[in-house]
Amino acid sequence: MPAKIARLFKILPPGRGICAAGETEQYGSMTAKLALVAPCVMLASCSEGVLDPHGPVGLSERLILGDATAVMLAVVVPVIVLTLVFAWWFRADNRLAQYRPDWEYSGRIELIVWAIPALLIAFLGGMAWITSHDLDPPKPLASKEAPLEIEVVSLDWRWLFIYPGQGIATVNQLIVPVGVPIHFRLTSTSVMNSFFIPQLGSQIYTMPGMTTQLNLEADQAGTYDGLSAQFSGDGFSDMHFTVVATSPGQFRQWLGETRARGGALDRAAYSDLSKPSHAVESLSFGQVDPQLFGTVASGAIATRWSPEEAR
Amino acid sequence: MFGRLSWAVIPFDQPIIMITVAVIGTVLGSVLGLVTIKGWWPYLWREWITSVDHKRIGVMYMMLALVMLVRGFADAMMMRTQLALAAGHAAGYLPPEHYDQVFSAHGTIMIFFVAMTFVVGLMNFAVPLQLGVRDVAFPVLNSVSFWLTATGVLLVNLSLFVGEFARTGWLAYPPLSELAYSPGVGVDYYLWALQISGLGTLLSGINLTTTILKIRAPGMGYARMPVFCWTALASNLLIVAAFPVLTATFAMLLLDRYADFHFFTNDHGGNPMMYVSLIWIWGHPEVYILILPAFGVFSEVVATFSGKPLFGYRSMVMATMAICVLSFVVWLHHFFTMGAGADVNAFFGVMTMIIAVPTGVKIFNWLFTLYGGRIRFTVPVYWTLGFIVTFVIGGMTGVLMAIPPADFVLHNSLFLIAHFHNVAIGGVVFGVMAGYNYWFPKAFGFKLHEGLGKAVFWCWFIGFYLAFMPLYALGLMGATRRMQHYSNLHWQPLMLVAFAGAVLILFGIGLTGVQLAVSIRTRARNRDLTGDPWNGRTLEWSTPSPPPVWNFTQLPDVTRADAYWAAKQGTGPSLAGRPDSPVEALEVPRNTPVGIFVAFFATILGFALIWRIEWLAVAGLIGAVAVGLWQAWQKNRELIISAEQISEFDRLNMRGPA
Repeated sequence: MPAKIARLFKILPPGRGICAAGETEQYGSMTAKLALVAPCVMLASCSEGVLDPHGPVGLSERLILGDATAVMLAVVVPVIVLTLVFAWWFRADNRLAQYRPDWEYSGRIELIVWAIPALLIAFLGGMAWITSHDLDPPKPLASKEAPLEIEVVSLDWRWLFIYPGQGIATVNQLIVPVGVPIHFRLTSTSVMNSFFIPQLGSQIYTMPGMTTQLNLEADQAGTYDGLSAQFSGDGFSDMHFTVVATSPGQFRQWLGETRARGGALDRAAYSDLSKPSHAVESLSFGQVDPQLFGTVASGAIATRWSPEEAR
Repeated sequence: MFGRLSWAVIPFDQPIIMITVAVIGTVLGSVLGLVTIKGWWPYLWREWITSVDHKRIGVMYMMLALVMLVRGFADAMMMRTQLALAAGHAAGYLPPEHYDQVFSAHGTIMIFFVAMTFVVGLMNFAVPLQLGVRDVAFPVLNSVSFWLTATGVLLVNLSLFVGEFARTGWLAYPPLSELAYSPGVGVDYYLWALQISGLGTLLSGINLTTTILKIRAPGMGYARMPVFCWTALASNLLIVAAFPVLTATFAMLLLDRYADFHFFTNDHGGNPMMYVSLIWIWGHPEVYILILPAFGVFSEVVATFSGKPLFGYRSMVMATMAICVLSFVVWLHHFFTMGAGADVNAFFGVMTMIIAVPTGVKIFNWLFTLYGGRIRFTVPVYWTLGFIVTFVIGGMTGVLMAIPPADFVLHNSLFLIAHFHNVAIGGVVFGVMAGYNYWFPKAFGFKLHEGLGKAVFWCWFIGFYLAFMPLYALGLMGATRRMQHYSNLHWQPLMLVAFAGAVLILFGIGLTGVQLAVSIRTRARNRDLTGDPWNGRTLEWSTPSPPPVWNFTQLPDVTRADAYWAAKQGTGPSLAGRPDSPVEALEVPRNTPVGIFVAFFATILGFALIWRIEWLAVAGLIGAVAVGLWQAWQKNRELIISAEQISEFDRLNMRGPA
């Protein structure tokens, strides 16, 4: 529905509302219509972020966002309304309002006043406890399929994805089969980053000398934006990657093509790859040194750079 | 000889910086020139710069905060302009290496030198008056604290012109802030400015804690203290407990950077995660250091202008102290995404939410203070109502992000930025603005212009919603913080709305200056001759405006909460315990330049350390220590104020104690 509204105003291009990196669109006299258009854009564009998830993790998280917000609004909205009503009614020149200059305590009200937030928080706290365990990033997703292992290294400033079981690797492009849980193991070559695909759900930090884990799954074929959500230096803003979720058949076909295309990711190639660079194209490697991720994650080959040489 | 310092470090090739420096230089030069031409230096030196009077020091803190608000806001405008432009293939006008400094400086300045400074200023000004005492526990230390804060301000602003500022974000996470990735002086400016001003803050915290615990008017038991004093106590206890953590954390990072240590480096067993944890052990209490005194201001304002005692005083005090304690067990919610595990995340998520209970109680108690009141819609009341409406939204989004899986998709997004500005502007800024308008007549003896004050409020209030509601939406759309440009053109309309909001806030800040100027020009009409312009309830209103150096001729005799109100209503005894006792001479601490001298040498020390000029650093350190020792051996540190002087003041102000 929001997308329909937006199309009425010709905000969204036909088809999906995804903007891949670098895509440009016709905006026309947008600024002129800003007041009218902005709310529609706001609604339309929600079909790209965490409110439009395409996997089980993201779906659960959207549910949490919605439920928690709804429960809290049930208290917040009355408080706002009461504040304004009380302030208006008890204005100094309202002769109808009863002035009670010494009224400062009521046990009954105090009880209610502590009880309302306490009950609300008891409910939300329970929710937080349960969902923290359900959606713990290292916890495997329930699925009939065996998970696909992917190793992630955040470089300066691009993303390296190693498929250890398949012996291939890509840069700034993550291809995954639909309906197959993916188990990520993540590390960084230099500074901290955060690996985040808003439409699939949870993010997790990547840290040098550390390995973190994350489980995600794409339920629908499509192209999703991925990014670093932790500032990592001058090239941070271009540290994006594209996630393409395809059918298992197409995924196998892509694996074959990638292997056939060749290119080896050994220590020398990694050394080149980990040099600072801005806004790079996606790459692929048909062969990967199987020890590479372990070596990077151990911190043995951490890269150093200064902003001046990185520019 | 000059360490890393050379002409090359001055960014002559950067027009934006050079123009900024020229403007700042011109303004600063004209102000200093005017002061010189008018011959105001002796007066400023005697009455303000060397003053150890808590009221004067409080006012100077607030003036410093307002000036730094302009600087911090200039950074904000630059960021909003950049993001309004840099969509799609557009690069905007700020390259990353400059933009990264701007957002780092914005956060650092707004937290440490605007919010912190303003809040400390308000506490300094109001707490001793509310307690009914003559000064803080350590008046000279108070001056040192202020001037050390000024040193921090000076160093941060110097980085604009000489060298660079940190490009690491306002908390300078390693390894990015380590020498390996930030070899320049930017991080050193950040660290030394905050180490030196942090020392000032810690000393101020010790001072105010001691004052509240040990020095109160006769009869002012804890349960009779105004709620602002309670929130100030909680805030200063937090300062005393949390700031040493910050100092230690920065000291470790400094050792890494200067002495080849490996606390937080990637190699030799260093662990950057330790820094993240330590910095937030300080960082989360810090937000309550800022917000609790703001809660105190709202409590005073609501009670005064409703003409009613604060509803549920004991609940309020309990809630304040509960927040004070709980604020130390929630810090991990700043990094749920670091992979701590479900039990740890869940524990800290739940603890974070529990803080919402006492906070919610406070909101309800303000609500029931309004109930049955006779509310006068003054400027402080506008800010207070604006606060309640705005803060509950910020509180809601805060609790939302306290649910770890919700944070997994909102962490570091513009949703987070919107959330903390929602509580920082809607809570702290609205609070200090309420306090500024509320206590201004006490400090200067005339009221601020009401109409302009309301205009300022509306600019900030509407400006806030325009600037930050779009950021909530953008965060949900997947926009992250600290990006210098973005490719998704759908985001640009919202970025433009946020820019418009920032422009409106800019008007609000401009109008604050206009309000001050107009109020000064028309002060004859707005004089507060009674000392009690708002029909107040607490002791600060029982003394003339502005109060004399000694605050109270006779220390008030407190027999109940809101004693001044009760005395005025005739429902309580007079504040003067012995109305007929003769006025006696009293001692006040003599003004001393020790504060500014210590800060002078601390500035040299900081600057020399930043640029690695060893001999100058040694000289600065020796100078600062020597000034301290000199002060310690001073005799004749008190000034006697004679009974005649006091009686003359009372006669001129035509009022004895109520």
